[in-house]
This record gives sequence, structure tokens and C-alpha cells, in this order.
Amino acid sequence: MKTMSRESPTDEKRFDVLGRMPRLRRMVLSRAFQPVLMLLLLAPFALAVTAGLLGTSAGNRNFGIVFVWIVWWALLMVLLVPGLGRFWCTVCPIPAPGEWIQRRGIIGGVAKLRTLGLRWPRRLRNMWLQNAGFLMLALFSTIILTRPSVSAAVIVGLTGTAVGMSLLFEKRTFCKYVCPIGGFIGLYSMVAPVELRVRDAQVCVDHRSKDCITGNENGYGCPWMVYPGKLDRNLDCGFCTECLKTCTMDNVVVNLRRPGTDLGKPVRGKRIDEAFKALIMLTCSIIYPAVLFGPWATVKAWAGIESLGGWLIYAAGFLAVTLVVMPGLFWLAVSRGQKRSCSGLTIRQAFNEYAHALIPLGLASWIAFSVGFALTNGSYALAAISDPLGWGWNLFGTREAGWTPYLSSTAPGIQAVILLCGLIFSVRTSLRVGFRHDPSGATTMQATSPVAVFLLACTLALLWLYLG
Amino acid sequence: MSENQRRPITARRVILLLVVLAVLLVPIPTFHTPHSRDVVIDASQFEYSPPRLNINRGDTVNVTLNASDVVHGFFLDGYEIDSRVEPGISQKFTFTADRSGKFRYRCSVACGPLHPFMIGELVVGPNEPVWRASALAVVAAAAVLLGARKRRMA
Ligand code: SF4
Ligand SMILES: [Cu+2]
Repeated sequence: MKTMSRESPTDEKRFDVLGRMPRLRRMVLSRAFQPVLMLLLLAPFALAVTAGLLGTSAGNRNFGIVFVWIVWWALLMVLLVPGLGRFWCTVCPIPAPGEWIQRRGIIGGVAKLRTLGLRWPRRLRNMWLQNAGFLMLALFSTIILTRPSVSAAVIVGLTGTAVGMSLLFEKRTFCKYVCPIGGFIGLYSMVAPVELRVRDAQVCVDHRSKDCITGNENGYGCPWMVYPGKLDRNLDCGFCTECLKTCTMDNVVVNLRRPGTDLGKPVRGKRIDEAFKALIMLTCSIIYPAVLFGPWATVKAWAGIESLGGWLIYAAGFLAVTLVVMPGLFWLAVSRGQKRSCSGLTIRQAFNEYAHALIPLGLASWIAFSVGFALTNGSYALAAISDPLGWGWNLFGTREAGWTPYLSSTAPGIQAVILLCGLIFSVRTSLRVGFRHDPSGATTMQATSPVAVFLLACTLALLWLYLG
Repeated sequence: MSENQRRPITARRVILLLVVLAVLLVPIPTFHTPHSRDVVIDASQFEYSPPRLNINRGDTVNVTLNASDVVHGFFLDGYEIDSRVEPGISQKFTFTADRSGKFRYRCSVACGPLHPFMIGELVVGPNEPVWRASALAVVAAAAVLLGARKRRMA
């Protein structure tokens, strides 16, 4: 049995997980694997929506708020994305109804799609809609996080859009180009120590029938419109596991790898959308703790839409910082570095490539934020599980469980350690980009240090927000 | 790797370790004689006034807590103080600020939509944790940059 898979393109060691765990492999190769996980999640998902629509308007007593924005969010940002990359996309119930309509079945329906199956317009095949969608949610996040009906409306809206798009467009067009959650999960999944790849790209080139694209009796053609033979980063792969089932050459593997292997790889074309995704996510992860956990009540009231005028000021400031100020500062850092280096990159290319260095710190910052929020408010889950709608039920006898912040004296220390790890990881990523364009290393320091200063400044801002 | 290539790396590691230890452990002297302080904190939807309290380490803090609209709570992170206050009935409690750093106080009685974000800050100075963490961030960034240069240039 092979344990270390063959040399990968980056010459780094890989550990073939399914090769080592035949039981798990059998499960994953079953056509029922993804649908069953989705069905399992559909129940709490439906409960969250029901509670949001019908339950109490007190967010902290409503399953729809507590389980989505405290439990799910913390699991997603602290465990799933950093540990398993896009695994959430494997189990996510949001696209499930639409996908099952497309397939006319839940487990192994007809392989031919019965919906319109239009191709997504070329101009929209990027992350801009996901960026815009995320910013829209972010601008309303304070009420989404606190008002059950608004939160439920967002989930219903996302699911409705997913169903609608499944009827019109092919496969997982919604997930890949529209879903605001899928966008940042994909971005940060590049840090994860897990990947789905082909063992040997040449086998794919030589393989005529390419069952992973067409699908066969063992599974569907890739719903994410990916050709596994060319897959080289987690962002593009929805981890649906279909190609593991369809590949007739046993060429698809799930590897454990060193975290962050996808970062610092060449960015194709002139796309600047992914760089903006990284900037938007990092910036929001700084704004959120300032607004939500900070002592500035006026800003909080603006964000909570207590008056339209106030919210407009907040929205304008928010968009200016995320779309102009931070990208501008990062652009300055990158261009200053490039002036003194001999990499031969245009500023725009360098901006795209060095944006990868924002990803580990951004993820660390989201982890720090989510850890703080979950430790403080996690105890609400006890009451909410016994009384999901706030109607006075007491299913598990925990309805009266009070609010108790966990680890309130150690949380800031934990957050500081997470942020410092993110900073180190990010500076290393910037160096990786620098050395790739300047193998002699002669001017790498000049090119990278302004980026490192930018990263350090973000980290210091975060440390002062959490500890200062 | 040969012996003479390995040695400078070890030396640098030792230096780095010493710097990190220094950043974490060097005592920051204070010239402050502890005394007793009276503070009044007003709780209202969804803020505390004052939003930020600065205290010196060692001070004894006598808090008078008022609520001006509905019932609120006051939970102080790190000190695990929890109090509940009804409008018109002040609460009084005392604690000694024996730990430095920033500690948030949060409402512990659900008081409306933004209740989970009804937060104020107590800063017990000198705020050693934030200074040490910041210095550590600078050391970490510099160490990664300089370490990489040495590795590549060798
Ligand atoms: S079916 Fe397998 S070998 Fe063939 S192209 Fe797809 S992944 Fe490669
Ligand atoms: Cu309150």
C-alpha cells in the first residue's frame, strides 16, 4: 500500500489519507457519501430557518441565531476551514435542493441534467460577485447577527438564489461564482493541510475518456467544472468527491500536506478579484472586532441601523476602508517593494501575487475573532438546544442554563498567540513569493519588507483591539 | 549539512530565544502607590458610560453601578465579577485591580437586540500584555525576514 504519494509538483511530502484508511475510502467512494451528509445537515438547517422565522425575537434565545452565528460560525472558522479546507462545501445544505432538482434525484439520479444548464457568462467567471455579496452581508452583519428573522431571511435568500441558479445555469455555478460564503471558504481553504489532487497529471493527459469531466455510472462529472488534472489549489475544488468515484485510473487522491502549500503559487492572468477577496476579508476581520467588541457605542448603533443616516455613514466608511484605504496601502507597500527589486513583475502582478501573504493572517484574525465570540457566547447554546424557538420548551432540561463566558481571562492571550502565528505564516508566504521571482535572493528583502511591514501593522492593530 | 554550517543557525536560534524570553519576562517597573478609586458606571442600551476605564494595577476600585433604562448586567472578564442592576437601584461592589491588561465588561442580562455587544473596557495599567505581544510581533516579523535572508545567502 502506498502511504506517501509520489512526488507532487511542489516536491513536498504528501500523505495519501484514503490509501491509508480503507474504511473511510469505501465510504467516500459511495455515491451516497455527499447526499447523506447534506441530508443530515438539512435537519438543523431547517430548524434554524424555522426558529428564525417563527421563534422568539430575542437572538440569544433563538436556535436560528445561536446555532448559526455562534456554533456553526465558530466550527467553520476555527476547525473546518483551517483543518479541512472546503469540507463545509461537501456538506453544505444551501445548494442541496437545487442540485437534487438538476439531477432529478438525491443519490445517483439520472446523470443527464434536466435543467437549462446555461453556461455562466464569461465576464462573471471570477470572484467579484462573491466579493460584492460578502460586503453586502458584512454591511448588515450587526442586524443579521442579532435578529432571528433577518438571519433566517438571509439563509432563505441564499437557498432561493441557489435553487434559481440551479434551474438556469449548469452545475454548481452558484457555489463557484456567487455564494459569498463559498468565496472566503475557498480562499482560506488554501491554508488547510488537506487537498484533493491527482497522483500524476500525465495519467490525466493520456486518459482519453476523462470520466471525471463527463461522469459515469460511479458518479457525476465534476459539479464545480474543474478538470482534476490541472487542479493545483484548494480554492477551485468544491471537495464534492465525485472525481474520486468516477476516475477509472485510480488517479485521484486526498492528501495530507504541509499547511498553506497552495499559497505563493503563480497567479494566472491579470485577475485582481482574488487579491481583493483577501484584502476584503482581512479588513473586515479588523473592522468587526472594532465595531462589535469595541467600546464605541455610537459606531455600534450606526452598524445596528438605529438610524438610516448613521448607517449610511457607517456603510460609506466601511466600503471606503475595505475597497480604497486598505487596497491603497497594500498597493503602496507592494509598489515600494517592487521599485527596489529586480523581479521584473508589473505592480499589478506583484499586487496579485503578494496578496497571498494576506491569507494566513486574515484567517488567523478570523479565528481570533470567532474564538472570542464563541467563548463569550457559547453558553447560549445550552438553553437554545432545549428551547430552540424560545417558546418555553425544555427538551434536554437545559433551558435555564445561564450565560457564562468561558475562559474570559485567557481568551485575549489565546487570541494574541493565534495572531502571532498568522503573522509569521504570512511573512513566510510573502518571502516565498519574493524568492520565486528572484531566485538569487539578491533583492528579495527589498521587495518583501514593505509587505511584511503592512502585515505587521495589521497585526499590531489587531493586538491593540484585542488587548490594548 | 556540515558542522560549520549548522553552528551559526544554532547561535541565531539561541539569540532569538533570548530576545523572546526578554520580551516576555523583563519586568516593567511601575512607580505607582496603590490607592482607592471610586468610579460610577452607567449602563444603558447598549453602552456603558464611561466606555473605557483606566486604572492602575494595585488600585482598589469601588464601583457604583447604575442602570438608566432597563435591567442590565455587568460581567467583568478576567475578574469574574457579575452584577445585576435595576433602574433606580444602584449596585455597589469593590475589587482590587491586581492583574494588568485589558478586561472587557459586558452586559450579562439580555436587554435587547445589541445586548451581546454591550461592552466596555477596563484597562489596568501598565498594560503589559499588549506591549509584550506587540514587541513579540515585531521580533517575529523581523526574525522571519532576517532568517530567510541568511538561509538563502548561505
Ligand atoms: S478520469 Fe481520472 S485519470 Fe482521467 S482525466 Fe479524470 S482524474 Fe485524470
Ligand atoms: Cu444590557
